[in-house]
Amino acid sequence: MAISEQDVTRIARLARIKLTPDETAQTQKELSDILGLMARLQAVDTAGVEPMAHPLSAHQDIQLRLRDDAAAPTLTENERNTLMNNAPAQAEGLFLVPTVIE
Amino acid sequence: MANFPLHTQFPSIHALRTALQSGSLSAAELAQSALDTLDSHAGLNAFLHVDPELTLAQARRADAAIKAGKGGSLAGVPIAHKDVFVTQGWRTTAASRMLENYTSPFDATVVSRLADAGAVSLGKLNCDEFAMGSGNETSYFDPVRNPWDPSAVPGGSSGGSAAAVAAGLLMAATGTDTGGSIRQPAAFCGVSGIKPTYGTVSRLGIVAYASSLDQAGPIARHARDLLDMLEPMAGFDPLDSTSLEYCDGQANTAGRIRTRFDAAVAGQQQKGSRPLEGLRIGVPREFFGPGLAADVAQAIEQALKTFESLGAVRVDISLPRTELSIPSYYVIAPAEASTNLSRYDAVRFGHRADSYGDLEDMSSRSRFEGFGPEVRRRILAGTYVLCHGYYDAYYLQAQRVRRMITNDFQQAFAQHCDVIMGPVTPSVAWPIGDNREDPIADWLSDIYTLGVSLAGLPAMSVPCGFGTERPLPIGLQIIGNYFAEGELLAVADCYQQATDWHQRTPGQQ
Repeated sequence: MAISEQDVTRIARLARIKLTPDETAQTQKELSDILGLMARLQAVDTAGVEPMAHPLSAHQDIQLRLRDDAAAPTLTENERNTLMNNAPAQAEGLFLVPTVIE
Repeated sequence: MANFPLHTQFPSIHALRTALQSGSLSAAELAQSALDTLDSHAGLNAFLHVDPELTLAQARRADAAIKAGKGGSLAGVPIAHKDVFVTQGWRTTAASRMLENYTSPFDATVVSRLADAGAVSLGKLNCDEFAMGSGNETSYFDPVRNPWDPSAVPGGSSGGSAAAVAAGLLMAATGTDTGGSIRQPAAFCGVSGIKPTYGTVSRLGIVAYASSLDQAGPIARHARDLLDMLEPMAGFDPLDSTSLEYCDGQANTAGRIRTRFDAAVAGQQQKGSRPLEGLRIGVPREFFGPGLAADVAQAIEQALKTFESLGAVRVDISLPRTELSIPSYYVIAPAEASTNLSRYDAVRFGHRADSYGDLEDMSSRSRFEGFGPEVRRRILAGTYVLCHGYYDAYYLQAQRVRRMITNDFQQAFAQHCDVIMGPVTPSVAWPIGDNREDPIADWLSDIYTLGVSLAGLPAMSVPCGFGTERPLPIGLQIIGNYFAEGELLAVADCYQQATDWHQRTPGQQ
């Protein structure tokens, strides 16, 4: 199955990956190959089969837990500093990004 | 003997612990000797981050605990972590430029549990970028080399873990397995590895790739060392919403796996010279198709004969959708990856491009630069299959096929066999660079490991021979039913009592 250049551009935009023109052409070819592989699924008769999201759901009843809605201790000052130091740009405990609203 | 750290004199974690307990050597000596050896193996490129101070501090704590009679089950044992487990001291990069300078404010649950057991970490191990790869060639920090042949890949994605164990740099290492990333590198490097049942080991603090598939497990020389590692790693974690509280009604706590291992071993011992009498081994005919190299097929056949001589019987079974596990996995895993990796937006952490326009441009340029080609490929493929208009045809269809694959395994276990055995990989390790021009070739090589991951089953790789064309290790895959880790390890242990493949080390084959 072939995929168009416009498709690649649209997907790359959705995925927030800025491809160069060369990369776009390369990706177009690769994604077409990948979709060719994926297309083998289309021939399978899956009528009446429930999609399986959790690998153990065919074996036992799976209920993903929610945590209690209760206040818990926040990070220590040290942990907070470690976190903030990972930011590419920060000041006064805030993450800096390009201007969003003029 | 700079090339052989002290711990290599001990055949098992148990033997090493006995020596530490007796006081004949200290954890600090062990750690120092292991650290001293790393430089002479730098060519393997197995380690990404080493910090002698952090390692020696852990070793001193282990010595103090042992002296006080409070040493944990792994007190003083040198290990290391795949660089997808977040660690407070060492950086965590997932072998990606995106996280080149990332330091975690907390330890992964697996990391803290092993530290609580007294294990001494030598640092962080190289792997495929974000654990996406089958040859450890996608690492931003260059490939890991196979200790058996430096021109060959060590397998992936836990390539650094397997290579480091094979080279004797440490006793055991952590790994993660999403589609075979523990079993395949263990096979390629001639060491043992186990991927436990999905949900038995906490995923908290593992850099996420595909959340419905990712599962952590150990890589070590043999089954008994795997058991010693897996026991403290496993267990319910309230902070991971997919962590299981119960495994078939049994609490997911310390001792679960060892209890079942001990019971299985006791059962074997009652049977004398045919310890596996009554064990039915399912051999799926789809694992022996035309894609399988002759030398691998022969080594597996030899291993099966050994199992028969130990009393087991082999049963021909069918897993008819084995080939479909490839497209099913390569829809589901990239879909989950595209979702998981959306967090790398260049705002809170991760690589940020030098120049950019608005917020979207900043993220888009940073993500192009920060992710390598394989990661971008999977994110883009995943984004495509989740798009409106394709979601049903690809993603939901892949999940339906996933259930059919899972049912095939369940039918085999219910009707025909106790364990399933076959090859881990279609061939021995390929030369570094061979599959780079054709990324899908890597994907196709995962054919025997993907089904197990989709079904969430536990499975192992144990060394069972060497290739004839290229004398590289071959791994036997042993697949069990849900929560059968203890029984699996006991079956592997029985094989390893009867064979010595797991004792071979690079250079003295």
